[in-house]
Amino acid sequence: MAAARPLRHRSDALPARVDDVTNRFRWRAMRALGLCRWLLGGTVRALGPGAATASSAPSPQDGVTVEVLDHLERLALVDFRDAEGVERLREAVRFAERLREVNTEGVEPMDSVLEDRCLYLREDDVTEGSCTAELLKNAREKVEEYFVAPPGNIPLPELEERDTFLKEKLPH
Amino acid sequence: MLKGYISPYNATVVQKLLDGGAVLLGKTNLDEFAMGSGSTDGVFGPVRNPWSYSRQYKEKIVPRSDSEPENSNWVITGGSSGGSAAAVSAFTCFAALGSDTGGSTRNPAAHCGVVGLKPTYGLISRHGLIPLVNSMDVPGILTRCVDDAAVVLGSLAGHDPKDSTTVQDIFQPFALPSLTDVSKLSIGIPKEYHAPGLSSEILAVWSKAADLFKNAGAKVVEVSLPHTHYSIVCYHVLCTAEVASNMARFDGLEYGHRSDMNKSTESMYAATRREGFSDVVRGRILSGNYFLLKQNYEDYFVKAQKVRRLIANDFVKVFGSGVDILLTPTTLSDAVPYVEFIKEDNRTRSTQDDILTQAANMAGLPAVNVPTALSGRGLPIGLQFIGRSFQEKQLLTVAKWFEKQEMKYLLCIQILQISGYTHHQKDEFQTSSGERC
Repeated sequence: MAAARPLRHRSDALPARVDDVTNRFRWRAMRALGLCRWLLGGTVRALGPGAATASSAPSPQDGVTVEVLDHLERLALVDFRDAEGVERLREAVRFAERLREVNTEGVEPMDSVLEDRCLYLREDDVTEGSCTAELLKNAREKVEEYFVAPPGNIPLPELEERDTFLKEKLPH
Repeated sequence: MLKGYISPYNATVVQKLLDGGAVLLGKTNLDEFAMGSGSTDGVFGPVRNPWSYSRQYKEKIVPRSDSEPENSNWVITGGSSGGSAAAVSAFTCFAALGSDTGGSTRNPAAHCGVVGLKPTYGLISRHGLIPLVNSMDVPGILTRCVDDAAVVLGSLAGHDPKDSTTVQDIFQPFALPSLTDVSKLSIGIPKEYHAPGLSSEILAVWSKAADLFKNAGAKVVEVSLPHTHYSIVCYHVLCTAEVASNMARFDGLEYGHRSDMNKSTESMYAATRREGFSDVVRGRILSGNYFLLKQNYEDYFVKAQKVRRLIANDFVKVFGSGVDILLTPTTLSDAVPYVEFIKEDNRTRSTQDDILTQAANMAGLPAVNVPTALSGRGLPIGLQFIGRSFQEKQLLTVAKWFEKQEMKYLLCIQILQISGYTHHQKDEFQTSSGERC
């Protein structure tokens, strides 16, 4: 079931002079179209900057904003390192856009090629273990039988405070 | 990331080999975390194709300029299991293990002139195989001839309680019968595999192979796998998404490289991963996370899964129409020189090179590369056979028949190769370790 997503209204999607009759009509048509889509339960994509009308698909690059890049860095705990890294992501997204050309109406997603077989469960018996010493050998920091981690519950610093390439992309 | 890591357990495939009496010589080089199609992005450096040092290659290459050092024309092995293919090709070992997620066993097998077998998904245990894409990975087998591949398969295949994605069917190791009559066989030639960029040499070899079957009495038909063009895009999305998930385990806490950053757990993880992963790995993780974002999940990930079903159904339809085996090229061209290969980035290269091998992974079907001929530059060319699920015996029987037709040719090739190699210094080869088995 596609979750209905609220239509986001952004002031920069509104035409500059709303008192212009033609523009007002166009703006109302956009809202109506968006509202129709929402009511039909279709996927409404967030209007990105530069999206002209609701009927033309927003450019995929609209999804790659600094906020999204920051969000990705936090989720993945991996950094972009430089402009090349960001460009790599953009290329990857551009490439993936080709999937839209395929008509997948009525097709179920496939998780595994073995989907027509039963996944079995083995008996709930302890068959192996007692290998604490072996497992601890590979850890760099440990105390007795514990792996030692730095303090948790401290979130990653915000973009402004992090030492990351994305800081340069922040609007000043 | 895994520098200095010593595994506390053996992978099932490794243990099975040891139990069968095999002598394990060592680990081979590869692309980092098996991401790549050239074996050029490993921590230990790129892998050199042994064929670069064969007499016929050296005679045929045109030196670029006098000032260039003599050994800069060496070609890549293909990837990502390039080290394993190079080891087998250089007669260093009887067989080697690789992994195959998008063609990573068959691609280097074609470039190094060895047999590369990708078994059906679920036949061989993945316990101990560092996961890249859980729904497509399989351990691959590299050997010099099809009979050897069957022998190794016989000792590795079968259900493993430690890997719940292995099927529970009993596997009977088999000896390959010598096929003499192929008239009951139906060989399919998928027309979409005549991909843009396919070299004319490979096209000629492919046609010649199809004619070989036809002249021997087999039924050779042209078939269509309409969604082949999209398999690489679909793979790109699914692979990066699963990679993003699988690489999350590398945080430095229990094993592997650990950064000195100690302010907080999250910042330690971030610093460790920044230091431990190469550009390629990081790029894939970030792309994968992008495709898995809530706003993108339906549009990319679920869409790719649907396309995957369409691709798998294409194969089901073709095999259901009476075709036994599909015959396709394995690579678009013979091995390229390293200096050419690195001009494009890893993702672009993977996109170009995996195009012919990738669909078999999508559908989980067995496939094998059989070395077929030498190109005009004196480098190996291979052809790929794709079979029905769990029908490795049929697949390898046909491959063996085909190999025998080319046998005389192959034997000459290998003799030429050895004579070229022995004149060269041994320390040119990369045979140091990388985490694989």
